[in-house]
Amino acid sequence: MLNHLPILQVILPLLAAPTCLLLKEARLAWAFTTACCMATLAISVMLLLQVIDSGVIVYSLGGWQAPIGIEYRIDSLNAFVMVLVSGLSSAVILAARESVAKEVGADKQVLFYIAYLLCFAGLLGICATGDAFNVFVFLEISSLSAYTLIALGSDRRALWAAYQYLIMGTIGATFILIGIGMIYMMTGTLNMHDLAERLPEAAHTKTVFTAFTFIIIGTCLKLALFPLHLWLPNAYAYSPSIVSAFMAATATKVAVYVLIRFVFSVFGVDFSIDHMPLQQILLVLSLIGIVWVSIVAIYQTNLKKLLAYSSVAQIGYIILGFSVGTVLGLQASLIHLFNHALMKGALFLAIAGVVYRIGGCEFSQLSGIGKKMPWTMAAVVVGGLSLIGVPLTTGFVSKWYLVSALIEAGWWPAVAVVMLGSLLAVIYVWKVVEVAYFGSPEDGYEGAYEVKEAPLSILIPTWMLAASNIYFGIDTRFTSTIGHLASQTLFGAGS
Amino acid sequence: MAYLAQYNYWVVVVLMMIGLYVVVSHGNLVKKLMGLSIFQTSVFILYISMGKVDGGTAPILEEGISVYSNPLPHVLILTAIVVGVATMALGLALVVRIKEAYGSIEEGDIQEKDKQSC
Repeated sequence: MLNHLPILQVILPLLAAPTCLLLKEARLAWAFTTACCMATLAISVMLLLQVIDSGVIVYSLGGWQAPIGIEYRIDSLNAFVMVLVSGLSSAVILAARESVAKEVGADKQVLFYIAYLLCFAGLLGICATGDAFNVFVFLEISSLSAYTLIALGSDRRALWAAYQYLIMGTIGATFILIGIGMIYMMTGTLNMHDLAERLPEAAHTKTVFTAFTFIIIGTCLKLALFPLHLWLPNAYAYSPSIVSAFMAATATKVAVYVLIRFVFSVFGVDFSIDHMPLQQILLVLSLIGIVWVSIVAIYQTNLKKLLAYSSVAQIGYIILGFSVGTVLGLQASLIHLFNHALMKGALFLAIAGVVYRIGGCEFSQLSGIGKKMPWTMAAVVVGGLSLIGVPLTTGFVSKWYLVSALIEAGWWPAVAVVMLGSLLAVIYVWKVVEVAYFGSPEDGYEGAYEVKEAPLSILIPTWMLAASNIYFGIDTRFTSTIGHLASQTLFGAGS
Repeated sequence: MAYLAQYNYWVVVVLMMIGLYVVVSHGNLVKKLMGLSIFQTSVFILYISMGKVDGGTAPILEEGISVYSNPLPHVLILTAIVVGVATMALGLALVVRIKEAYGSIEEGDIQEKDKQSC
């Protein structure tokens, strides 16, 4: 049993999805999905402990040895990302029942949970697999179910957002497919470990160069790096609140993982960073992204959309750390990957509570909401402080590592941009605080007087995430140790 | 002449560009999906081309034959075709819902209506 863990955590949600269809009632489907997510979380934590204890776990599917068979290869990097994905999915699904009951039509609720499980299975599959083509297949499983989830939003703009995401997402995934095809053409293998060994021989060819470009652009589309982020704001803003929380906390993070995996483990540090101008391109794009998208966020009048733009800016920080190209930079990037998932998870879940009570999150409706829903808005404030990077929150830890990595590399102008980005974050977080605490309920939503605190079933998971924002801001042992271990392994593998 | 020897790759590139161009340039949502489909199909041809071995037959064990085409890209592309079909089905379903909600499947009209409702 124990040696089947790598496959079990992908198989479990994948099989649970059709089983869900048999449960006709939404409440049962929710309970089943929650149990499944929790079980997966337990498995991924066990895997992480096992990896820390005894190193890389290799699992051959169906007993066929790689490179003929497909293998799952769990190292400290993907074990870490899987704990993140399953942990946040569990927290989000805990809050889902009442929010989904309110925002999704009664006949579609069971289907919602099925799509959720499929998306979850796809994301875990991307992390677990050691086969390049498998990455594409799981990417499409998670994307197709994500389009469905977004389209379930009650606003008609959700449909348009889902369509746009479908077009952009499919182009991105097909780019990755082209890239994988080309490296297969040059090496005759799809196994990532084998690819890493055989690619250096072909590294000087134009085919590998082109393949690299296709894969990088494809993943950057998926992870919404500026200026390829245009699908993201609408997709987050109009999908059901639970889906916004789920996507913001997991989907883009897994895309970042794919980027790291391909750049470091498949193409190798020598090729990606020394031969290609990847560092410079990502550096410039992430810096422009941080500043420009933060400014756009300031001008938003819808809370969800504001946070969606802030997500794009935060992805800029993750990519910035990555583009430094040192162990410390990658560590900063991984730590922020984890911390940003916690921040956005807490923020979007709190918004799910707000939407549950007042039916929307336009600023005009939120006036004075801080007095009516003190606990929910307090969670928003904690998340917001974390976004800014105030000490004692996780955001501070991320920024600390990021800035030290930049200083170590001597990139002073980039340090200035990070500081500028934080100042812009202060502005947009303050905008939310101003409306929520200093507006009077009378100018707001008509029924504002009857607005109560969000139901406990949403509030508790929200505060679990908000509290972990503070916990991981004070006790950084977990994130920094794993981040350090993973980035060292990746650089070790390359040299 | 050497450029024409591998004409299938030229076909791939031409189809790929046609597909992408249609996705970008057309405002009609169904036409966009058709462009996307052409784009994906070009990748299928790319994969199948790379599996071809000169003089090789279909990969079925038979006496007297020793050269086979590489079956792996075929298998891979079967999966990709399934993915393509699913994407297309989902895309078209979304277009039907968009038509119901907006009364139009032209990108311009939809953006116009979104602006008005804001």
